[in-house]
Amino acid sequence: MKQHMDYYRQMLRIRRCEEQIGWLFSRGLTMGTAHLSIGQEASAVGVMAATRPDDYAVSTHRGHGHLIAKGADPAMMLAEICGRATGFCRGKGGSQHIAVRELNFLGTNGITGGGLPVATGAALYAKTRKTGQVVLSFFGDGASNQGTFHESLNMAAAWKLPIVYVCENNGYAMFTPTCDVTSVVDISVRGAAYGIPGVKVDGMDLLAVREAAQLAILRARTGHGPTLLEVKTYRFCGHSKSDNGTKYRSREEIAEWEKRDPLRTWRARLIEEGVSEAEIEQLEADVELEMAEATRFALDSPYAEYEALEGVYADESARRYLPGFFNSSRDAAMAVEVSA
Amino acid sequence: MATKTYREALNEALREEMYRDPNVFIIGQDVGKFEGAYRVTQGLLAEFGPKRVKDAPISEMAIAGAGIGAAMAGLRPVVEFMTINFTLVAIDQIVNNAAKIRYMFGGQVSVPMVIRTPGGGGQQLTAQHSQNLENWYANTPGLKVVAPVTPADAKGLLKAAIRDPDPVFFLENLALYNTRGEVPDEEYEISIGTADIKREGTDISLIAHSRMVNVALQAAQRLQDEEGVSAEVVDIRSLRPLDTETIVNSVKKTNHAVTVEEGWTTFGVGGEMAALLADQAFDYLDAPVKRVGGEEVPMPYSKPLERAVIPSVDKVVSAAMEVLA
Repeated sequence: MKQHMDYYRQMLRIRRCEEQIGWLFSRGLTMGTAHLSIGQEASAVGVMAATRPDDYAVSTHRGHGHLIAKGADPAMMLAEICGRATGFCRGKGGSQHIAVRELNFLGTNGITGGGLPVATGAALYAKTRKTGQVVLSFFGDGASNQGTFHESLNMAAAWKLPIVYVCENNGYAMFTPTCDVTSVVDISVRGAAYGIPGVKVDGMDLLAVREAAQLAILRARTGHGPTLLEVKTYRFCGHSKSDNGTKYRSREEIAEWEKRDPLRTWRARLIEEGVSEAEIEQLEADVELEMAEATRFALDSPYAEYEALEGVYADESARRYLPGFFNSSRDAAMAVEVSA
Repeated sequence: MATKTYREALNEALREEMYRDPNVFIIGQDVGKFEGAYRVTQGLLAEFGPKRVKDAPISEMAIAGAGIGAAMAGLRPVVEFMTINFTLVAIDQIVNNAAKIRYMFGGQVSVPMVIRTPGGGGQQLTAQHSQNLENWYANTPGLKVVAPVTPADAKGLLKAAIRDPDPVFFLENLALYNTRGEVPDEEYEISIGTADIKREGTDISLIAHSRMVNVALQAAQRLQDEEGVSAEVVDIRSLRPLDTETIVNSVKKTNHAVTVEEGWTTFGVGGEMAALLADQAFDYLDAPVKRVGGEEVPMPYSKPLERAVIPSVDKVVSAAMEVLA
């Protein structure tokens, strides 16, 4: 029961945190872009529930859920999204470039399909060093039409690497229906092309996701190579901050999926399992408070104003491409950064 | 010191670094059983086994990305691409991941990876297999780019590249693999970011990298023999970071400069040199800087056509005489 409450807490933390992100953007408190995964929480939590803490994860532009499910502090994540010095990457990465070294979270990624080869490399490390770690490589349906997907699955299958390729199929490659631009209905069937299992699972059903992930991870950890796990899911929100998600999707379709909102169904399940309404409300209040405090932490944090020119190389002197130019323009560059 | 080929020097560097550090491994097409498309990895599979010398599918994005991921996790990959032309297939991984990961993740992770690949023309390999694209990578903060011309520099720089905590693009050249030179017997490395004066002179600086250093050296000899001109040859050796001091000091001494590169001239290395000299040696220049580079066409096939396109000793000599006129 405690475990089921934890799953609810994790999904709710993702949902509330992303709602905060939406709010920050709508108020102009941060700029740029972010991609929310509201509706897809059961995928992130279900998959991560099957992992070991030292397993690697590589994520996508839509990675807040994976981060929180892997254990990332939402306050530091929000700080990063607000560009602050207290963010995971000191404000240099933003939503699409968040890594957390101590969690073996090797980064969200701003290029569709850009993370798959990197995840494959981490799996090569785990296999070479016999660490027993497994890599979770998250990507979307759109990425499954990228060359990196095909190259990575072939390589990992040929070398029996300990990796699970998790395709979160939310039905839309940005704004285009996946079915309009994809040769197969179920992306999982593409596993067959590489001689690896292709498994599809209902992404609105947390336990089904967890079970499928457990099997795939077990396979990877015991030396049997990769699995392509397709999680059928849906985002209730738009693709990014510039889109509310209704131009290319009917309201009826969205409403139909919302009936299967993983948070709502999981909450109902908890009640059925005998958890009291009061306990759940307490949990919900705790999460609200946590995210309100996380948001305040982010907004109260300073910018790393003087670091724009630092951290490109391990040895800072290597960046001095044209030392004369750099020295004379340093103050000017700083001034620009501070005022921006 | 023993005389070795450029290829042997590279092979030695790889072997020595693989003995020194068990994290170093090689990944690329035909690097194992075939021992490298240009035989640079000869003998290494037999010596170190398939875990350290990995034959990869012809999947450049996956090869580059696997190197990046393995490097982030703690290994020291040496990625080989058969030629620089094929790095274009992997350029997203190189530019969008390898070059940016340290910075955009706030310094939490590094990518200690080497990308080895030959560029250059002259083998009648035509438009898609004769390019010089190192300036694309030298334009990218986060990468280091080196382009050694001698066997000794190749060995010393490859060792430094493998030990470097950041991604290094290591440019070789098809026409250099069989060239010979003295290579020190003792352990040494050459610092990335250092240029080298390959021939001292007083009248004009010929500034080049990779194979064009040899063309510049031949031109310098001709200038001496036929024109009585004392030309200094500056080997840039490291495009990024750039040793501006050595380059600028040479021109402050000679007051004249010609740049030589195998790649296309526009938006190229020579342009960068000219800008550097305008910025830091303007008052020392007695004449405008002249650039010699590849003609602005895709590489043609036939020998005479190809010869017409690649920078030659003749072109360098006449550019130098124009500058000195």
